[in-house]
Amino acid sequence: MKFDTPATTNPIDRLKVVGKPTDRVEGPLKTTGTAPYAYEHRDFAATQAYGHVVGSAIAKGKIASMDLDAAHAAPGVLAIVTAANAGKLGKGDFNTAKLLGGPEIQHYHQAIALVIAETFEQARSAAALVRVEYTREKGAFDLAVALDTAVKPPAMFGTEPDTSVGDFAAAFAAAPVQLDQRYTTPDHAHAMMEPHASIANWDGDELTLWTSNQMIAWSVGDVAKTLGIGKDKVRLVSPYIGGGFGGKLFVRADAILAALGAKAARRPVKVALARPFMFNNTPHRPATVQRVRLGATKEGKITAISHESWSGDLPGGGPETAVAQTRLLYAGADRMTMMRLAVLDLPEGNAMRAPGEAPGLMALEVAMDEMAEKLGLDPVQFRILNDTQVDPEAPSRPFTQRQLNKCLETGAEKFGWAKRGKPGATRDGKWLVGMGVAAAFRNNLNANSAARVRLSGSGVVTVETDMTDIGTGSYTIIGQTAAEMMGVPLDRIVVKLGDSSFPVSAGSGGQWGANSSTAGVYAACVKLREAAAQKLGLDPIDAVFADGKVKAGRRSFALGDAAKDGELVAEDMIEFGKLAEKEQQSTFGAHFVEVGVDSMTGEIRIRRMLAVCAAGRILNPKAARSQVIGGMTMGAGAALMEELAVDKRFGFFVNHDLAGYEVPVHADIPYQEVIFLDEVDPNTSPMKAKGVGELGICGVAAAVANAVYNATGARVRSYPITLDKFIDKLPEIA
Amino acid sequence: MKSFTYERVDTPAAATAAFARTKGSRYIAGGTNLLDLMKLEIETPGHLIDISRLALDKIEPTPEGGLRIGAMVRNTDLAADARVRRDYGLVSRALVAGASGQLRNKATTAGNLLQRTRCPYFYDPNQPCNKRNPGSGCAAIGGFSRLHAVVGASEACIATHPSDMAVAMQALDAAVETVDAAGKTRSIALADFYRPPGTTPHLENMLAPGELITGVTLPKPVGGIHIYHKVRDRASYAFALISVGAIVQPDGSGRVALGGVAYKPWRVKAAEAEMPRGAKAVATALLAGAKTSHENAYKLPLVERTLAGVLMQARG
Repeated sequence: MKFDTPATTNPIDRLKVVGKPTDRVEGPLKTTGTAPYAYEHRDFAATQAYGHVVGSAIAKGKIASMDLDAAHAAPGVLAIVTAANAGKLGKGDFNTAKLLGGPEIQHYHQAIALVIAETFEQARSAAALVRVEYTREKGAFDLAVALDTAVKPPAMFGTEPDTSVGDFAAAFAAAPVQLDQRYTTPDHAHAMMEPHASIANWDGDELTLWTSNQMIAWSVGDVAKTLGIGKDKVRLVSPYIGGGFGGKLFVRADAILAALGAKAARRPVKVALARPFMFNNTPHRPATVQRVRLGATKEGKITAISHESWSGDLPGGGPETAVAQTRLLYAGADRMTMMRLAVLDLPEGNAMRAPGEAPGLMALEVAMDEMAEKLGLDPVQFRILNDTQVDPEAPSRPFTQRQLNKCLETGAEKFGWAKRGKPGATRDGKWLVGMGVAAAFRNNLNANSAARVRLSGSGVVTVETDMTDIGTGSYTIIGQTAAEMMGVPLDRIVVKLGDSSFPVSAGSGGQWGANSSTAGVYAACVKLREAAAQKLGLDPIDAVFADGKVKAGRRSFALGDAAKDGELVAEDMIEFGKLAEKEQQSTFGAHFVEVGVDSMTGEIRIRRMLAVCAAGRILNPKAARSQVIGGMTMGAGAALMEELAVDKRFGFFVNHDLAGYEVPVHADIPYQEVIFLDEVDPNTSPMKAKGVGELGICGVAAAVANAVYNATGARVRSYPITLDKFIDKLPEIA
Repeated sequence: MKSFTYERVDTPAAATAAFARTKGSRYIAGGTNLLDLMKLEIETPGHLIDISRLALDKIEPTPEGGLRIGAMVRNTDLAADARVRRDYGLVSRALVAGASGQLRNKATTAGNLLQRTRCPYFYDPNQPCNKRNPGSGCAAIGGFSRLHAVVGASEACIATHPSDMAVAMQALDAAVETVDAAGKTRSIALADFYRPPGTTPHLENMLAPGELITGVTLPKPVGGIHIYHKVRDRASYAFALISVGAIVQPDGSGRVALGGVAYKPWRVKAAEAEMPRGAKAVATALLAGAKTSHENAYKLPLVERTLAGVLMQARG
């Protein structure tokens, strides 16, 4: 089904199932521990062997020698895979560093061997016996030092590194009120609960991988390319994923090494990355240095706006696209954005929840707060004043829907924003209390997505698509979509996901999954409706699918009757045309945060958070609320505690476990609320929905930062905002 | 993890005898720290002696009017004990500020005292660490040192001791009771229990090989207001940046011990004499001779400010 004109009224608009707050259909499996995750498949329990990864102990250099004798001689060891014996390996399109290193080492904890043994304990113990001598080489590990060497990177996914409209320099110089500030954000870890894990089994030259992966079709391609086999020889199965956040968009060492290990041991092999490997073996969100300049009239109209960002990555990697939102969020005639990329020899950088916008808004939305103060304007009003209903870099492109102002106004009213005091002026006992606001912005992206639907004689509809559920609710919204389309309750739908033998979906990434994958199911269901009507001798145009029946005029059948001679199968793909080029599709929100800061110690404690979101039709308000709350929590972490500490001498992330890399716990955020504004966007798909999973994190950290400033009067421009950075600015002690 | 053998013992005498019998032995109780370290091969015992079922799980009054806490009393039970809450509130408050409910259910009193540093370089076998691999150097010095010691450290090691409970016990003049393989018992003041790192940071306490902690005694209650303020980046389940355990008497005198600043709970008698003069005087005396890095220099003002807050709270 081509989607190249805005949607008109369709069966989804009935909203009998779609749009209802619905419990996750797979929830009971997860809460009872019966949903099999990648490492838990039992298909080969009798024959499987265990692989344990050996990681490089240095960040850059070469393996001088590798002594495997002791490991080979250890009890239970079946085989050891290294670059020296693995045969020629390619590199996936989505990988920057090789997944099996050696002799060249590209980063700390790059996998250099897999030890395979009869038991997990034997494999781990033998892995510690691998003796490696290295020749260290000097590397670049410090972004601040590497800034001067940064260059203009090539365009990524159609995103140009530089944009410019008008004459920013002249407009900024002429602006009566100016702001010019630098901000830094640190490297972040996805830190999901389930580590990367895979089980590999070869049947002749055909490989099956049970794995934990967000993008099945991309990863089938990269497994095939890395191993040098045909895509038709690779099957990926990933029905349940214990968190991804972008860390599982790509094939990682667990999958490739499990496949190589299974070949070497002639047995099914399972591999999970140990927790320390989750920080230095896998990708992370890269640190940034950002400069924001704003020029405004005395009345608060932005006349000049620029945003520059520097980040680093391994050779061949890409930048953190931290300036992306600044191209679209606020008005201003003269503007420019710029990204520069330095070479760093740290583990590779890559996508993490809302790549670009998440760190970009951490700078821009603090700059907006600072500018509002300079202008003597309320920060909510300053943002509203600079709203734009068109793409400010290309004013002929309107936004399809843009309710940023309403998000800000609604939030301000619900949150009690009017009670916000001057910086450092509100006290509650020993606590300095402050409120902060920030805009949330993330583009809505669409990706072609296919599905197959089957109707059985009993009236059960089965959906098959390689779409993934990374804890987001894909199973449920896909089920809701099929139920709505076929006119049956949700319990008549079976949803099967995450298997590369199913039609190729959009996958889970860039908050494009929900709208795109349900639109693909919509397309397949349209075909199934046609097939069912035809089978029942009804005119597909007149047939109404409702209450488990198919009716046209006076004739009425049970839905299952259409399949009583045999299962009906339909398959289709939603193919997105050029609507998104003509009009800009984005999601908007406003985050409000109240914090208390201990006036003695500087400890920051969030008191309450509110998000108001406008993101198209909300397919399942319960699941969407959970997504936004998760994003808010992650944003709170980015504001207050999350930082991969770089050892600039040895070139690695030091705090490589969940005790050292702190993420928020329940006690950190006592109260969170989410409001969705009514919105349907016929330009996005027949579902009229948009992404929401990444909108939730966008702007949160800046709202926290602005609240800390409002509480203390101390501005910290280097994340995370920890007490050591402003303890000297707290009130004098008696 | 290296392969190891395992046995379970029922009496302290059986425990120390088992230790003497088998080379490479280690005692294991709650296992909340030792198991993690074994997985990383930072600890590589060949034999584990499970002492978790020893009948050392009682909290009893001592003839001197204090309390004797069995070595196997779980952190959760100790924190909840009515006598501890009434007379030694600092211990309860410090305990519940540490770890998580699940860990406190497993962790024992003796194990809490013997937990090892959380220095991230200690936890990475690829990095030099004099505590883990004597003579290899200290990666934390000149590295990521935001969480490290500011007093009592050496050129060989700047690790801190992570226990909260020990900070409270040190403020209360607790003593560690032990027994050895010959059946000889002794009592070591907690103040003298931990060894300064010096050139041998791998030697962390005064226990002889095989010597078993049987309990901790607290002297009779000292009264006063007990406050434990643990400062950390997140609200729960995090090790201290610094912590202040204080007992403040109505006349303004009192005691203070610090966590997160040294290889042991840090208490300086001379500093306590300054209590009536306020936080600055006390902190200055407590942190005399402090040596900081760019990353942990904040601990000095943080101690003073936290202490000031604690004293303010004590005044009501």
